Amino acid sequence: MASRLFQWFDDRLGLSTIYNITLDRKVPKVNWFYTLGSASLFLFVMQAVTGIFLAVYYVPSPENAYNSIQYIMNEVAFGWLIRGIHHWGATLMVIFVFLHMLRTFFFAAYKFPREITWLTGVILLLATLGMGFTGYLLPWNQRSYWATTVGTEIAGTVPVIGDFIMRVLRGGTDLSGVTLARFFAVHIWFIPAIIVALIGVHMYLVIRIGISSVPKDGD
Amino acid sequence: MDESYNLNRRQFVKVVLASIGAFITAAIGLPALAYIIYPATQTQEADAWIPLGPLENYPIGLPTLFNFTRTKINGWEKTVNSYGAYVTRYTETEHKVFSNTCTHLSCRVNWREDPADFHCPCHDGIFDMEGKVADGPPPRPLDEYETKVENGDLFIHFVEA
Repeated sequence: MASRLFQWFDDRLGLSTIYNITLDRKVPKVNWFYTLGSASLFLFVMQAVTGIFLAVYYVPSPENAYNSIQYIMNEVAFGWLIRGIHHWGATLMVIFVFLHMLRTFFFAAYKFPREITWLTGVILLLATLGMGFTGYLLPWNQRSYWATTVGTEIAGTVPVIGDFIMRVLRGGTDLSGVTLARFFAVHIWFIPAIIVALIGVHMYLVIRIGISSVPKDGD
Repeated sequence: MDESYNLNRRQFVKVVLASIGAFITAAIGLPALAYIIYPATQTQEADAWIPLGPLENYPIGLPTLFNFTRTKINGWEKTVNSYGAYVTRYTETEHKVFSNTCTHLSCRVNWREDPADFHCPCHDGIFDMEGKVADGPPPRPLDEYETKVENGDLFIHFVEA
């Protein structure tokens, strides 16, 4: 019965074809360093899921941001767990994406025909750092306020257009509720959309071209 | 238990993976569910006698609205809810106090002097001076507050579960 049901869907959706192409593809003999990409993807999914759950209670305004997080941490059932995963997952994701980049670089896996995979990966790394930068402000506590003051000030040191960049980041000359709202929008809409799209391209290329083998002596 | 000895490697891996998958789903799913429904599990009880001032201030035969507010904590903020009570005196000694919340879908009713009834503007629910349904969709009479008079002052018993 179950197999006939599966067959019915498979005939129409081509599930086994998807399985064969994405998961049953041939790979060279590799090592644990090759799991860093999957680990990054897993962490991204976990950040997305916990982030969606945090958005149920978090309110991005100067009056409510801090208090809503206090509510999540101290009162809501398992709120501490979901924010804890999001908090530590953020740090882990930066580490794992960075290690994934190092693996690709030292194994020279960025060379022909995988240049575009590498380039999308570079943007994904920068987008991950952008998530870290924008997410840091959202708790709206002293640390996040002053970290963002410093971070946007650093952007302001760019010659000629620095002051303009700083005002774009802050949404004005000062760090304010406008800054909090735009950092929130960038954190939950702009950058995640970019990341999802680029992960799509990145993984399409991994499946299309296949992964590189471990370089040998003399390569 | 003969069959379990015939479990081959492929079947064993399947069973183990399914078990781990079920465990992870439960370990993530149940806290997630508890997280979402948490505010619904928090109930605040309110029970207070609210003074409405001297009974003699309210005219006989003309339902008069008394507005009051109650404060609750919802999440991390105070929520101030407004309530209205229609003090309805029939004689010197007989009176009733109705909630102005329509029993249909919680709009607020108004006393109309001309037809002399409580009218709900949302769906034309109409209650008579006794609070009984006279016309329209309301399923039951207007809710009534328990009342008491002490030293000439009128009190209503505000209860919220």
